[in-house]
Amino acid sequence: MNQKHQEDLAHIRSMMERSSRFISLSGLSGVFAGLSAMVGGMYVYLLFKSNGIDYFTDEHRSYSFALVKELFWIGVAIMFFAVLFGIFFTIRKSKKYSLPIWTSATKNMLFNLGVPLVVGGIFCLALIYYGIYGFVAPATLIFYGLAVINAEKYTFSDVKYLGFSQLLLGLISLFLIGYGLIFWIIGFGILHILYGLMMFRKYK
Amino acid sequence: MGIIDKLNKDFESRVRLGIMSILMVNEWVDFTEMKTLLNITDGNLASHSAALEKAEYIEIKKEFVGKKPKTSYQVTEKGRQAFKEHLSYLEKLMKS
Repeated sequence: MNQKHQEDLAHIRSMMERSSRFISLSGLSGVFAGLSAMVGGMYVYLLFKSNGIDYFTDEHRSYSFALVKELFWIGVAIMFFAVLFGIFFTIRKSKKYSLPIWTSATKNMLFNLGVPLVVGGIFCLALIYYGIYGFVAPATLIFYGLAVINAEKYTFSDVKYLGFSQLLLGLISLFLIGYGLIFWIIGFGILHILYGLMMFRKYK
Repeated sequence: MGIIDKLNKDFESRVRLGIMSILMVNEWVDFTEMKTLLNITDGNLASHSAALEKAEYIEIKKEFVGKKPKTSYQVTEKGRQAFKEHLSYLEKLMKS
Protein backbone atom coordinates (compact mmCIF):
# COMPACT_ATOMS: atom_id res chain seq x y z
CA MET A 1 0.00 0.00 0.00
CA ASN A 2 2.80 2.34 0.96
CA GLN A 3 4.55 1.49 -2.27
CA LYS A 4 1.50 2.53 -4.30
CA HIS A 5 1.24 5.89 -2.54
CA GLN A 6 4.88 6.58 -3.11
CA GLU A 7 4.45 5.82 -6.81
CA ASP A 8 1.34 8.01 -6.91
CA LEU A 9 3.29 10.95 -5.52
CA ALA A 10 6.15 10.37 -7.95
CA HIS A 11 3.64 10.20 -10.81
CA ILE A 12 1.99 13.47 -9.74
CA ARG A 13 5.33 15.22 -9.54
CA SER A 14 6.49 13.93 -12.92
CA MET A 15 3.21 14.85 -14.65
CA MET A 16 3.32 18.38 -13.24
CA GLU A 17 6.92 18.74 -14.37
CA ARG A 18 6.42 17.23 -17.83
CA SER A 19 3.35 19.31 -18.59
CA SER A 20 4.61 22.68 -17.41
CA ARG A 21 8.25 22.68 -18.43
CA PHE A 22 10.03 22.24 -21.73
CA ILE A 23 12.38 19.40 -20.83
CA SER A 24 13.34 18.15 -24.29
CA LEU A 25 16.13 20.70 -24.38
CA SER A 26 19.36 18.78 -24.78
CA GLY A 27 22.70 19.84 -23.36
CA LEU A 28 24.17 19.05 -26.77
CA SER A 29 22.19 21.97 -28.21
CA GLY A 30 24.21 24.24 -25.93
CA VAL A 31 27.50 22.59 -26.86
CA PHE A 32 26.90 22.96 -30.59
CA ALA A 33 25.56 26.50 -30.26
CA GLY A 34 28.79 27.28 -28.40
CA LEU A 35 30.90 25.64 -31.08
CA SER A 36 29.13 27.64 -33.81
CA ALA A 37 29.86 30.85 -31.89
CA MET A 38 33.53 29.86 -31.41
CA VAL A 39 34.02 29.10 -35.11
CA GLY A 40 32.21 32.33 -36.01
CA GLY A 41 34.30 34.33 -33.54
CA MET A 42 37.56 32.90 -34.89
CA TYR A 43 36.44 33.70 -38.41
CA VAL A 44 35.72 37.30 -37.41
CA TYR A 45 39.18 37.59 -35.85
CA LEU A 46 40.78 36.38 -39.08
CA LEU A 47 38.52 38.69 -41.08
CA PHE A 48 39.79 41.65 -39.04
CA LYS A 49 43.32 40.53 -39.71
CA SER A 50 42.79 40.32 -43.45
CA ASN A 51 41.35 43.84 -43.30
CA GLY A 52 44.54 45.07 -41.70
CA ILE A 53 43.10 45.30 -38.16
CA ASP A 54 45.01 43.56 -35.37
CA TYR A 55 42.31 43.13 -32.76
CA PHE A 56 44.55 43.05 -29.70
CA THR A 57 46.91 45.91 -30.47
CA ASP A 58 45.04 48.54 -32.46
CA GLU A 59 43.55 50.99 -29.98
CA HIS A 60 41.35 52.93 -32.33
CA ARG A 61 39.89 50.69 -34.92
CA SER A 62 37.69 51.97 -37.65
CA TYR A 63 35.32 49.73 -39.48
CA SER A 64 34.25 50.23 -43.04
CA PHE A 65 30.60 49.88 -43.88
CA ALA A 66 31.35 46.80 -45.99
CA LEU A 67 33.05 45.15 -43.01
CA VAL A 68 30.16 45.92 -40.66
CA LYS A 69 27.77 44.46 -43.21
CA GLU A 70 29.85 41.30 -43.41
CA LEU A 71 30.00 41.06 -39.59
CA PHE A 72 26.24 41.35 -39.46
CA TRP A 73 25.75 38.44 -41.87
CA ILE A 74 28.28 36.32 -39.98
CA GLY A 75 26.22 36.94 -36.86
CA VAL A 76 23.05 35.87 -38.68
CA ALA A 77 24.80 32.71 -39.95
CA ILE A 78 26.01 31.79 -36.44
CA MET A 79 22.52 32.23 -35.05
CA PHE A 80 21.07 30.14 -37.87
CA PHE A 81 23.42 27.23 -37.14
CA ALA A 82 22.93 27.51 -33.37
CA VAL A 83 19.14 27.37 -33.75
CA LEU A 84 19.39 24.54 -36.30
CA PHE A 85 21.49 22.44 -33.90
CA GLY A 86 19.13 23.35 -31.07
CA ILE A 87 16.11 22.07 -32.98
CA PHE A 88 17.94 18.95 -34.18
CA PHE A 89 19.03 17.82 -30.70
CA THR A 90 15.66 18.71 -29.17
CA ILE A 91 13.83 16.53 -31.67
CA ARG A 92 16.36 13.75 -31.13
CA LYS A 93 15.98 13.85 -27.34
CA SER A 94 12.20 14.02 -27.37
CA LYS A 95 12.03 11.05 -29.75
CA LYS A 96 14.37 9.06 -27.53
CA TYR A 97 12.29 9.68 -24.39
CA SER A 98 8.95 9.91 -26.26
CA LEU A 99 8.28 13.40 -24.94
CA PRO A 100 5.80 15.63 -26.78
CA ILE A 101 7.52 18.66 -28.34
CA TRP A 102 4.91 21.23 -29.33
CA THR A 103 3.19 21.66 -25.95
CA SER A 104 1.95 24.77 -24.19
CA ALA A 105 5.12 24.63 -22.07
CA THR A 106 7.20 24.89 -25.26
CA LYS A 107 5.13 27.81 -26.51
CA ASN A 108 5.42 29.59 -23.15
CA MET A 109 9.16 29.00 -23.11
CA LEU A 110 9.63 30.37 -26.65
CA PHE A 111 7.44 33.39 -25.97
CA ASN A 112 9.28 34.29 -22.76
CA LEU A 113 12.63 33.78 -24.44
CA GLY A 114 11.57 35.61 -27.58
CA VAL A 115 10.34 38.93 -26.18
CA PRO A 116 13.66 40.13 -24.71
CA LEU A 117 15.53 38.67 -27.70
CA VAL A 118 13.48 40.56 -30.28
CA VAL A 119 13.71 43.78 -28.27
CA GLY A 120 17.47 43.26 -27.91
CA GLY A 121 17.80 42.57 -31.62
CA ILE A 122 16.04 45.80 -32.55
CA PHE A 123 18.10 47.67 -29.96
CA CYS A 124 21.29 46.36 -31.58
CA LEU A 125 20.07 47.30 -35.04
CA ALA A 126 19.60 50.85 -33.73
CA LEU A 127 23.15 50.81 -32.31
CA ILE A 128 24.50 49.71 -35.70
CA TYR A 129 22.35 52.32 -37.44
CA TYR A 130 23.95 55.09 -35.38
CA GLY A 131 27.41 53.56 -35.73
CA ILE A 132 27.81 52.79 -32.00
CA TYR A 133 29.40 49.41 -32.71
CA GLY A 134 31.19 49.09 -29.39
CA PHE A 135 27.95 48.55 -27.51
CA VAL A 136 26.61 45.81 -29.77
CA ALA A 137 28.46 42.92 -28.10
CA PRO A 138 27.57 43.95 -24.51
CA ALA A 139 23.94 44.52 -25.57
CA THR A 140 23.63 41.06 -27.18
CA LEU A 141 25.01 39.41 -24.02
CA ILE A 142 22.77 41.43 -21.69
CA PHE A 143 19.55 40.89 -23.63
CA TYR A 144 20.34 37.21 -24.13
CA GLY A 145 20.97 36.82 -20.38
CA LEU A 146 17.65 38.51 -19.59
CA ALA A 147 15.85 36.31 -22.12
CA VAL A 148 17.23 33.10 -20.62
CA ILE A 149 16.35 34.18 -17.07
CA ASN A 150 12.87 35.07 -18.29
CA ALA A 151 12.37 31.63 -19.89
CA GLU A 152 13.72 29.76 -16.86
CA LYS A 153 10.32 29.02 -15.33
CA TYR A 154 9.24 27.06 -18.41
CA THR A 155 12.28 24.83 -18.79
CA PHE A 156 15.07 23.33 -16.64
CA SER A 157 15.49 25.87 -13.88
CA ASP A 158 19.29 25.46 -14.07
CA VAL A 159 19.31 27.59 -17.21
CA LYS A 160 19.01 30.63 -14.97
CA TYR A 161 22.69 30.21 -14.03
CA LEU A 162 23.57 30.45 -17.71
CA GLY A 163 21.39 33.56 -17.93
CA PHE A 164 23.01 35.26 -14.94
CA SER A 165 26.51 34.44 -16.23
CA GLN A 166 25.74 35.99 -19.62
CA LEU A 167 24.22 39.01 -17.91
CA LEU A 168 27.26 39.51 -15.67
CA LEU A 169 29.61 39.12 -18.61
CA GLY A 170 27.59 41.65 -20.61
CA LEU A 171 27.70 44.16 -17.76
CA ILE A 172 31.47 43.80 -17.36
CA SER A 173 32.01 44.22 -21.08
CA LEU A 174 30.03 47.50 -20.95
CA PHE A 175 33.03 48.99 -19.17
CA LEU A 176 35.61 47.38 -21.44
CA ILE A 177 34.34 48.61 -24.78
CA GLY A 178 36.62 47.52 -27.59
CA TYR A 179 36.99 43.95 -26.37
CA GLY A 180 33.51 42.93 -27.43
CA LEU A 181 34.66 40.04 -29.59
CA ILE A 182 36.49 38.44 -26.68
CA PHE A 183 33.51 38.74 -24.33
CA TRP A 184 31.26 37.53 -27.09
CA ILE A 185 33.36 34.38 -27.62
CA ILE A 186 33.49 33.74 -23.86
CA GLY A 187 29.72 34.24 -23.46
CA PHE A 188 28.20 32.64 -26.51
CA GLY A 189 31.03 30.19 -27.11
CA ILE A 190 32.70 28.96 -23.93
CA LEU A 191 29.78 29.44 -21.52
CA HIS A 192 27.40 27.59 -23.84
CA ILE A 193 29.80 24.68 -24.23
CA LEU A 194 30.52 24.41 -20.48
CA TYR A 195 26.88 24.75 -19.56
CA GLY A 196 25.77 22.33 -22.29
CA LEU A 197 28.22 19.68 -21.10
CA MET A 198 27.01 20.09 -17.50
CA MET A 199 23.38 19.76 -18.56
CA PHE A 200 24.14 16.81 -20.79
CA ARG A 201 25.78 14.92 -17.93
CA LYS A 202 23.07 15.83 -15.44
CA TYR A 203 19.97 15.00 -17.52
CA LYS A 204 21.29 12.33 -19.82
CA MET B 1 -12.05 6.74 10.81
CA GLY B 2 -8.50 5.91 9.64
CA ILE B 3 -6.52 8.15 7.38
CA ILE B 4 -6.73 5.61 4.55
CA ASP B 5 -10.50 6.13 4.37
CA LYS B 6 -9.95 9.79 3.67
CA LEU B 7 -8.13 9.10 0.42
CA ASN B 8 -10.34 10.17 -2.43
CA LYS B 9 -11.67 7.18 -4.38
CA ASP B 10 -12.04 9.32 -7.48
CA PHE B 11 -8.28 9.66 -7.67
CA GLU B 12 -7.44 6.00 -7.34
CA SER B 13 -6.62 5.54 -11.01
CA ARG B 14 -3.22 6.64 -12.25
CA VAL B 15 -4.79 8.26 -15.32
CA ARG B 16 -7.10 10.46 -13.24
CA LEU B 17 -4.22 11.39 -11.00
CA GLY B 18 -2.28 12.38 -14.12
CA ILE B 19 -5.13 14.47 -15.55
CA MET B 20 -5.51 16.33 -12.27
CA SER B 21 -1.74 16.89 -11.88
CA ILE B 22 -1.48 18.38 -15.36
CA LEU B 23 -4.50 20.63 -14.83
CA MET B 24 -3.17 21.87 -11.49
CA VAL B 25 -0.23 23.55 -13.24
CA ASN B 26 -1.78 24.45 -16.62
CA GLU B 27 -4.82 26.57 -17.38
CA TRP B 28 -6.55 24.94 -20.37
CA VAL B 29 -5.13 21.73 -21.82
CA ASP B 30 -6.53 20.27 -25.04
CA PHE B 31 -7.34 16.65 -25.77
CA THR B 32 -4.32 15.88 -27.98
CA GLU B 33 -1.80 17.39 -25.60
CA MET B 34 -3.35 15.60 -22.62
CA LYS B 35 -3.29 12.33 -24.52
CA THR B 36 0.39 12.60 -25.49
CA LEU B 37 1.45 13.75 -22.03
CA LEU B 38 -0.26 10.81 -20.36
CA ASN B 39 0.58 8.42 -23.18
CA ILE B 40 -2.90 6.87 -23.27
CA THR B 41 -5.54 6.09 -25.89
CA ASP B 42 -8.45 8.34 -26.95
CA GLY B 43 -11.05 6.11 -25.30
CA ASN B 44 -9.12 5.87 -22.08
CA LEU B 45 -8.83 9.63 -21.77
CA ALA B 46 -12.47 10.17 -22.73
CA SER B 47 -13.81 7.81 -20.07
CA HIS B 48 -11.59 9.07 -17.25
CA SER B 49 -12.20 12.72 -18.06
CA ALA B 50 -15.94 12.05 -18.17
CA ALA B 51 -15.76 10.54 -14.69
CA LEU B 52 -13.87 13.54 -13.36
CA GLU B 53 -16.39 15.86 -14.98
CA LYS B 54 -19.23 13.97 -13.35
CA ALA B 55 -17.57 14.49 -9.96
CA GLU B 56 -17.40 18.21 -10.89
CA TYR B 57 -13.62 18.19 -10.54
CA ILE B 58 -12.94 19.32 -14.08
CA GLU B 59 -14.71 21.35 -16.72
CA ILE B 60 -14.81 20.11 -20.32
CA LYS B 61 -15.09 22.66 -23.11
CA LYS B 62 -16.02 21.56 -26.61
CA GLU B 63 -15.63 24.02 -29.45
CA PHE B 64 -14.90 24.16 -33.17
CA VAL B 65 -11.64 25.48 -34.52
CA GLY B 66 -12.47 25.88 -38.19
CA LYS B 67 -14.19 22.62 -38.98
CA LYS B 68 -12.33 20.54 -36.41
CA PRO B 69 -13.86 19.87 -33.00
CA LYS B 70 -11.57 20.69 -30.10
CA THR B 71 -11.94 19.48 -26.54
CA SER B 72 -10.16 21.22 -23.68
CA TYR B 73 -10.02 20.64 -19.96
CA GLN B 74 -9.77 22.92 -16.96
CA VAL B 75 -9.79 22.12 -13.25
CA THR B 76 -12.69 23.48 -11.19
CA GLU B 77 -12.35 25.08 -7.75
CA LYS B 78 -13.90 21.97 -6.22
CA GLY B 79 -11.41 19.77 -8.07
CA ARG B 80 -8.49 21.91 -6.96
CA GLN B 81 -9.57 21.62 -3.32
CA ALA B 82 -10.16 17.87 -3.53
CA PHE B 83 -6.83 17.25 -5.21
CA LYS B 84 -4.95 19.36 -2.65
CA GLU B 85 -6.56 17.38 0.18
CA HIS B 86 -5.73 14.11 -1.54
CA LEU B 87 -2.14 15.23 -1.96
CA SER B 88 -1.71 16.24 1.67
CA TYR B 89 -3.19 12.90 2.84
CA LEU B 90 -0.75 11.08 0.59
CA GLU B 91 2.10 13.06 2.05
CA LYS B 92 0.91 12.42 5.58
CA LEU B 93 0.72 8.72 4.84
CA MET B 94 4.27 8.73 3.60
CA LYS B 95 5.51 10.42 6.75
CA SER B 96 3.74 8.07 9.19
